[in-house]
Amino acid sequence: MQGSVGRDVIATLIVSVILIWALPLMVGTYTLTVLAIYAMLGLSLGLIWGFGGILCFGQAAFFGLGAYTYAIAAINIGESTLPMIIAVIVPCIFAALLGAMMFYGRLGDVYLGVITLVVTLILFKFVNSTAGPAYTIGNARLGGYNGIPGFPTLNVPGRTDLYIWGDALYYLCAVALVLVYLGVTWLLRSSFGRIAVGIRENETRMSLIGYDVRIRKTVMFAIGAAIAGLAGALYANWGAIVTPGLFSLSQSAEIIIWCIVGGLGTRFGPLLGAAGLGYLKFLLGQQSMINNTMLMGLILVLFVLFLPRGVVPAAISVWRASVGRPRRTGRARAMRRNRRRDRDDG
Amino acid sequence: MAEPVLETQHLSMHFGGVVALDNVTFTLRRGELRCLIGPNGAGKSTFFKCLTGLLTPSEGHVLMQGEETTGWPPHQVAALGVGIKTQVPNVMDALSVQENIWLAARRFLPSAQADAKTREVIDRLALGAIARTDLGQLAHGERQQVELGFVAASDPWLVLLDEPAAGMTAGEVARMTEVIHELNRTAAVVIVEHDMQFIRSIASKVTVFHQGAILIEEDVEAVMSDPHVRNIYLGKKA
Amino acid sequence: MDLTIVILIEILYAVASLALISVGLAVVFGMMKVINLAHGEFMMMGGYATITAVNLGINVFVAMLIIAPLVVGAIGLVVERLVIRHLYGRLVDTMLATWGLSLFFIGIATVIFGNTTTGISTPIPGLTVGDYQINGYNLFIVVVSVLLMVALYLVLGRTRLGLIARGTMQRPDMASSLGYSPERIYMATFFCGSALSGLAGAILAPLVGLVPTSGGAYIAKAFITVIAGGPSLIAGLVSSASVFGVIDQIFTFAMSPVIGEVALLIAAVVLLRLLPQGITARFFRGRM
Repeated sequence: MQGSVGRDVIATLIVSVILIWALPLMVGTYTLTVLAIYAMLGLSLGLIWGFGGILCFGQAAFFGLGAYTYAIAAINIGESTLPMIIAVIVPCIFAALLGAMMFYGRLGDVYLGVITLVVTLILFKFVNSTAGPAYTIGNARLGGYNGIPGFPTLNVPGRTDLYIWGDALYYLCAVALVLVYLGVTWLLRSSFGRIAVGIRENETRMSLIGYDVRIRKTVMFAIGAAIAGLAGALYANWGAIVTPGLFSLSQSAEIIIWCIVGGLGTRFGPLLGAAGLGYLKFLLGQQSMINNTMLMGLILVLFVLFLPRGVVPAAISVWRASVGRPRRTGRARAMRRNRRRDRDDG
Repeated sequence: MAEPVLETQHLSMHFGGVVALDNVTFTLRRGELRCLIGPNGAGKSTFFKCLTGLLTPSEGHVLMQGEETTGWPPHQVAALGVGIKTQVPNVMDALSVQENIWLAARRFLPSAQADAKTREVIDRLALGAIARTDLGQLAHGERQQVELGFVAASDPWLVLLDEPAAGMTAGEVARMTEVIHELNRTAAVVIVEHDMQFIRSIASKVTVFHQGAILIEEDVEAVMSDPHVRNIYLGKKA
Repeated sequence: MDLTIVILIEILYAVASLALISVGLAVVFGMMKVINLAHGEFMMMGGYATITAVNLGINVFVAMLIIAPLVVGAIGLVVERLVIRHLYGRLVDTMLATWGLSLFFIGIATVIFGNTTTGISTPIPGLTVGDYQINGYNLFIVVVSVLLMVALYLVLGRTRLGLIARGTMQRPDMASSLGYSPERIYMATFFCGSALSGLAGAILAPLVGLVPTSGGAYIAKAFITVIAGGPSLIAGLVSSASVFGVIDQIFTFAMSPVIGEVALLIAAVVLLRLLPQGITARFFRGRM
């Protein structure tokens, strides 16, 4: 297993370089930038849900928190390097506190879903109501439903006159995505990741072996939030405005749909789901025949009913079956079993 | 006499108005192998859960190597060096035998040493042929053995087993007996069990539970010939 | 004195409307252990059904109390047959699928009714208490909620139908061995739950400007009211609606409506942390 690590990294890098170079020949870099950001956001939920077994209905909260933190910090600081770092740290700490509250309370899956969903709503309602001039943080006005426009966007570290935008922002986001992907790969190969998968499979057994499940789930949750926060900060730079819509339920729903469609329990599935459905949304935005929300809803229902393990695991097992190596196809099925087992939590 | 590794003092457990455990004082000494028996509802499973931290007793104390562990969560109890096997097979279904056992080994060892430990345990339990099979595809007896693998991989000084022989074939029970004796060389062992055949083959001393309290503590032969025990528990079997 | 009465009525209204928006979800969750995340959209559709009927010249009370529940109940029946029945026992999958349905219905409503606000005027005039004006329609909502709770209690506790339903929910195998088909009981329950959601949406429609995304405003509140209530259907609903309604109103009076809602949601998070099984798992145990 250890020997294949180097090969895996090299393969990832080669494929990434080709994709990063080739995709702009087909799709505009402005669209590709946001797709890379969505992919990173999808990966963040894919990590904590697919491998950590944490059902989070509010991943958008960390995304929005990252975006808002960046905007507010950038206005106050006037350059972008430090705000990017703060925008990762703030959601991470927020998630650690929220996670500690939930996991130390030994709440079941359903309650986790409820609480994360409610927390997202609280943030949405709060930010939406901050239109008045009283709501400022330093020099930044929160702006309520109008959002925060006009903050300094990314610049080359140390050179506040050299902005990173357009094609350069695309390459930056793409490279960031590759780095996060490699980081997640490393994490899952590490003892921490393998133990996290053990916890996803059987919490009671892992605690009887002697692992403190609560702290490990909290850390996993916080790592996912940090990645979502990074995605949010990049999104703020791409859009040059942040609005309360980032915290909305439909944003949370979209992230979940990406993961379900792409496939939980894989690294590549949520990433592909995010980029694929993000591109579909972009195409639908150019016409008015089909309503986007309706289609996303329909996709979610159909996948839960007919392909609950998602595209990537299904494709892998079809490929294995045709090549004739049936080993390890039990995994995706086990993920599904786990979801079924949740009835006990109700 | 060897020093006690596990003690309970006046342990009681109430569920609402029901008394499941009533003032149980129990001592297990280093190197000892002890079976807990009793009819259904005698309190032995509740007692076991109070030891492992799955339940917090209403009153009384649990001490392990002299340290008070009453009310500790299971992971802290396990982290002391206590190997636990629960009644229902409790394994990671989507992971292979190797990965399952590695997780137990990794708790007390750095990664590379955990790999070596995993190989050693798999050899010891003769699980080599199924090492790469996912647990979800294994038979009940094999899953029970993997659970014993968890215990073996953590090099415990105290082993708590709840019905290790339940639902196993005769061959598997024989192997299980061997493994338990091997564990007993370095650890004190407590076994909750129904199967008298199995108890006869391993135990030196038996504690009989009845109505939430300890009825008698004797050698297995003495217990089985005790008329009172025969009456309440073994009457139909022995 | 007058102010006290007004505040009291406002609190009563807050509690009643919470109970009203949660009752459909509570029936479906309590009886079938299905969390219907499309509940808010069922309410939204109840509102649109009412407005459409009124625009066609039908009496507003007939539209609210009869047409809307029937329309939404029928939609619920279709949903149950096509989607929910394949997912019984899979709590998380049902949540995901119904979340998909909620997006689907928002999309449909946008296509049909457009993304603009519609509404009807409240059919009951205001009242004066001393120097204060109170909304007569709020009193109507209080009355409807109380009647609904009493009716639900009587149906579940005093009729054969309620007994069969409660029995099936606890032991599906037992009911089928007694000759009742659990499948039909689930169907009927989901119909009733959907109809109640539609009724709630219809009754609240005159108070809010209706847009296709209106359901989102209800779902979280309904959700936490039901979950915080715990296993006993009616006692849970009434107790958690009371707790949240009072908190909401206190903060609304002291600060602002938005702070009131935020306080309600924070209270819910804290309550779930303290009583993860809900209020009635600790108190009122064994009641309905």
